[in-house]
Amino acid sequence: MENNTNKKSIQDKLTTIKYNCDNKTHLKVNQKKCAKCKDKPCTMICPASVYSVDENTNEIIVQYENCLECGACRLACPKGAIDWNYPSSGCGVIFKNS
Amino acid sequence: MDINYNTDVIVVGAGPCGISTAIEIAQAGKKVVLLDRAKYIGSKNMYGGAIYKTALKEIFQDDFNTLPYERIINSHSWAFLNNTGSVCITYQDDENKEAYAVKRSSLEKWMIDIAKKRGVYFAPNTLVKNLIQQNGYVVGVETELEKYYAPIVILADGVNSLLAKELNLREKYEPKDVILSVKETIKLDKKTIEERFNLKDDLTNGVVKMLLGNPEGVKNIFMMGFLYTFKDTIMLGVGANLADLVKNKININDLLEYLKQHNDIQPLIKDGQSLEYSAHLIPETGYNKMPKLTGNGVIIAGDAAGFVNSIHFEGTNYALISGKLAGKTAVNALNNNNYSQGYLSLYKKELDKSFILKDLYTYRNILNRLYDRRGSLMNYYPKKMKEFFDIITSANCKSKSVQFKNYFLSFLKDRNINELIKDGYMAFRCVLDIFFGR
Repeated sequence: MENNTNKKSIQDKLTTIKYNCDNKTHLKVNQKKCAKCKDKPCTMICPASVYSVDENTNEIIVQYENCLECGACRLACPKGAIDWNYPSSGCGVIFKNS
Repeated sequence: MDINYNTDVIVVGAGPCGISTAIEIAQAGKKVVLLDRAKYIGSKNMYGGAIYKTALKEIFQDDFNTLPYERIINSHSWAFLNNTGSVCITYQDDENKEAYAVKRSSLEKWMIDIAKKRGVYFAPNTLVKNLIQQNGYVVGVETELEKYYAPIVILADGVNSLLAKELNLREKYEPKDVILSVKETIKLDKKTIEERFNLKDDLTNGVVKMLLGNPEGVKNIFMMGFLYTFKDTIMLGVGANLADLVKNKININDLLEYLKQHNDIQPLIKDGQSLEYSAHLIPETGYNKMPKLTGNGVIIAGDAAGFVNSIHFEGTNYALISGKLAGKTAVNALNNNNYSQGYLSLYKKELDKSFILKDLYTYRNILNRLYDRRGSLMNYYPKKMKEFFDIITSANCKSKSVQFKNYFLSFLKDRNINELIKDGYMAFRCVLDIFFGR
């Protein structure tokens, strides 16, 4: 299972979802802690592929707009580096057919 | 400071649990405000696809007849997948009308309309940021706009319950404490679904399939797939323990894609249009890691309390009934003007008497037992089932005696004998757990 294929597959699926996008992020990462994290499980396990590593700066990029609000990253993070909150009232993902 | 309470009870979270809680309170003539962060009710929620009748009827009584279901699920299958096919057990009965396929957007909408008629004040679009505490008691909630006070706050805010975390009512969750599940809603026309699943031309019959067995090369994962037929959609999803996903560096969507391409599933969803993709966590904390269910002025219920029996795919019924019991306790507390943790612990006693804590107690170790043997259950035995059926379905002109002997001997030869003993012991302990359960 190629990682890139999966990212593509997730990106395709995300296009099916409706969001009411918040104007500020509800997911904050502590880049200092992330820099020390070897495996960076958030970049692998997120079902919406919200987290990725910036090739230039090596920092974590957080595409909070795609978040499905499942909470997996919060628990999977070994460093406790993710400050996980809900989006503001009425914002975020809108499941209509689930 | 004397507090001017705005209402009798605040319930946070309008899923099946919160709605059931609020109904119980309103029906007793108390004032209840139900808050939910979503703009459209049900739009943050996701489940496999069916809700069961018994608990619904207990809460909604005659209104149950208006449940906006898409199909009654009367065919239940358990498919043990191997790489090229499956061994499947099906139970089907037209008289079996226990499970109803309903989309969450319709389900919660239906529930809240009934709740409003029964006197619940519902405020959507309202995120609770914090709890307000005074003298060791929870006395209200703080939303983005205002502070709102009540002598009792009930947390029905789901698996991620940030409010229970704020109160330190729950131990810290580890990745192994949750299942991460994703689902795809796949659109097909009604007729195609009925043809592919051998269903009659009405909505009183539908199918659920549990899909068990790991893809080849994926070991040490306990994955459970599911497929539900709706009116003109199929819900196909999968869940796996988050710790396993982290350890094996697998994205849950990979497992969903595996299922979609499996020989058994692919023809069923062929030419379907992907309508929606969703994700959710399922708590597996169970009895052994149950939170403190009550504090001064506060009660936890539903997913927030980890009330799920994932082996039996039960969660919404636990949510509905634990909500009702939380509501009942709140009403008693209001009548007695006592909101202390000690008084509210009546809730725990009610739960103890109900199937909820009986079952969670009975299953307290079963999940771990199965989980420890997941390599056997999800990789080895599905393969052995295939081998067995290969023998009895191929007229291969070889001695049956030799084939069967070799087959049974293979259980001793395939692996270290210890593995077989451990599997047997696990099964024995599970039987004992159930026999000596509550």
